[in-house]
Amino acid sequence: MMPIMRNYAGRLLPQCIALVIIVIAISIVFPGFLNLQIQNGRLYGSLIDILNRGAPVVLLAIGMTVVIATKGIDLSVGAVMAICGAVAASLITSGHSLAETLLATLAIGILCGIWNGVLVAFLDIQPIIATLVLMVAGRGIAQLITEGTILTFNEPGLIFIGSGSFIGLPMPIVIWLVFGLLVAVLVRRTALGMLIEAIGINRQASTLSGVLTPVLLVAAYVLSGLCAAIAGIIAAADIRGADANNAGLWLELDAILAVVVGGTSLLGGRFSIAASVLGAIIIQAINTGILLSGFPPEFNLIIKAAIIIFILVLQSPRFRTAFSFLSIPGAAGKPTEREAK
Amino acid sequence: MKLMKALASATILAACTFGSASAADLVVGFSQIGSESGWRAAETTMTKQQAEERGIDLKFADAQQKQENQIKAIRSFIAQGVNAILLAPVVATGWDEVLEEAKDAEIPVILLDRTVDASKDLYLTAVTSDLVHEGSVAGKWLVDTVAGKPCNVVELQGTTGSSPAIDRKKGFEQALSGNDNLKIVRSQTGDFTRTKGKEVMESFLKAEDGGKNICALYAHNDDMAVGAIQAIKEAGLKPGKDILVVSIDAVPDIFQAMAAGEANATVELTPNMAGPAFDALAAYLKDGKEPPKWIQTESKLYTQADDPMKVYEEKKGLGY
Repeated sequence: MMPIMRNYAGRLLPQCIALVIIVIAISIVFPGFLNLQIQNGRLYGSLIDILNRGAPVVLLAIGMTVVIATKGIDLSVGAVMAICGAVAASLITSGHSLAETLLATLAIGILCGIWNGVLVAFLDIQPIIATLVLMVAGRGIAQLITEGTILTFNEPGLIFIGSGSFIGLPMPIVIWLVFGLLVAVLVRRTALGMLIEAIGINRQASTLSGVLTPVLLVAAYVLSGLCAAIAGIIAAADIRGADANNAGLWLELDAILAVVVGGTSLLGGRFSIAASVLGAIIIQAINTGILLSGFPPEFNLIIKAAIIIFILVLQSPRFRTAFSFLSIPGAAGKPTEREAK
Repeated sequence: MKLMKALASATILAACTFGSASAADLVVGFSQIGSESGWRAAETTMTKQQAEERGIDLKFADAQQKQENQIKAIRSFIAQGVNAILLAPVVATGWDEVLEEAKDAEIPVILLDRTVDASKDLYLTAVTSDLVHEGSVAGKWLVDTVAGKPCNVVELQGTTGSSPAIDRKKGFEQALSGNDNLKIVRSQTGDFTRTKGKEVMESFLKAEDGGKNICALYAHNDDMAVGAIQAIKEAGLKPGKDILVVSIDAVPDIFQAMAAGEANATVELTPNMAGPAFDALAAYLKDGKEPPKWIQTESKLYTQADDPMKVYEEKKGLGY
């Protein structure tokens, strides 16, 4: 067990270092950053904001990791978020119960995933094109559902998902923590994760050795759709309305970025859900840090890009080899990442 | 070939019958950008309503955010021989040729909501709102409301670099200048959306001592204000009282917030651009009176005293 744990710590080390550096940098610019207090029976502070605001991208990144591990990509998640937010808002305003609304919304997310999965697994369309279809069409579908307006609702149950709290934590954080753990346990305590990696490394070889490739591929996209549905519900519940034009806009790119920052290769194969979640939190920490720093908004994207380039350089194999003389004992597990390719 | 001929004659026939049926009335073509925002949808509804009230036969063409579709629509309006064309241009450039064609056909073109980079004699007039003025109306309200008391203002800007963001910021700052009691302490973009408005407001509240340092919020549109109001509430403060909220656009949802005492004022960007346009057109067609090249719409200020629930009911059906 110990070597596994150590290996794991080594795998997550670059992300952890990046996150710590960012947190320290923000607390220098904005001293109150690390303050936490209890307000209205829940934790309140900038750190909590990061975990809370990061919820949609964290959820999308969980699904995206598994899809990318199969050597795929899912560009449709932002649009699926918009569809699911719209479905949830329109069902709840037309008088359906909370349970019905949530189940139907999750089902729509799964349906979107099946659509993507079938295009990729059975019709052999390249994932980037297959999911582009729904990325483009999805926002239109969402606009049809909301009839182009921001569909607002006042149902306390649904609002609770966005801004309620459980044991002192905002609900979105609780949701992604639980869901992330469930998925991680599911893929790592069973052979699923290994089979997914096998598909990503060589789909044909996996099929020939008896892996049910098409089923697993569809399942990966279904998971991604489900994640997008949950993220969509959270985003809509947060603002008490479904904004078909803006919900999840460009978040597919943030999710892909989170996976990359997390160190999972876009070429498929080895993946780590925990690392992607860390990647998403890093991105949100940058966003929140920029907001707190008080720089004029014209600098937002430049600062974000500079920090992300820095993190990616930290992870680059060449950079690591060049600085290997500085290596820390805990980082012993790093080279295995390259072996996987 | 036969089919083509049949089709062509059918079209001509249709055009003839159509022409004679509405000869007494004014026929106006309206090339709308699309329906990218609630405001745009409300503008479409308002234009249709205004046309109906005046007995104008409105031919509506939705360009789905594409200039080529708008150019096609204008050419087809010219071919149909409409009396006038309303154009809400999606971009500012590239209109000279098609406007030239309309001019040759002696069809006046009126620009709605946005202007174009073309010679001024290519269109009759432009009906738009003055974005700088909107910002200064909001600013003036705040100056009058705080009445000399010191007040720290936070600003939620629109999408960085967009003309509403630049101009609404400029107008607000103009109104505030010379009032040293009012200070803009933080200004960030909320991308005109509720989600970002809420997120950015959360960071403002954290950065300004839990919101105790903030006395007023100025948002470049109502949607960001609605998001920010939720953030203020979740931080345990009372929006509208602890933090004054003033924004621009006057969409229905802000009136609900005003009725609940959570927002204080909004400046209307009227969706009724067609009304003044039709009036100018009627005067022009009747006795050739050239309107001014720019007709500025009213930037009306609404506060909690203006029976927000009633305005909400009026605006609700417009498709915002």
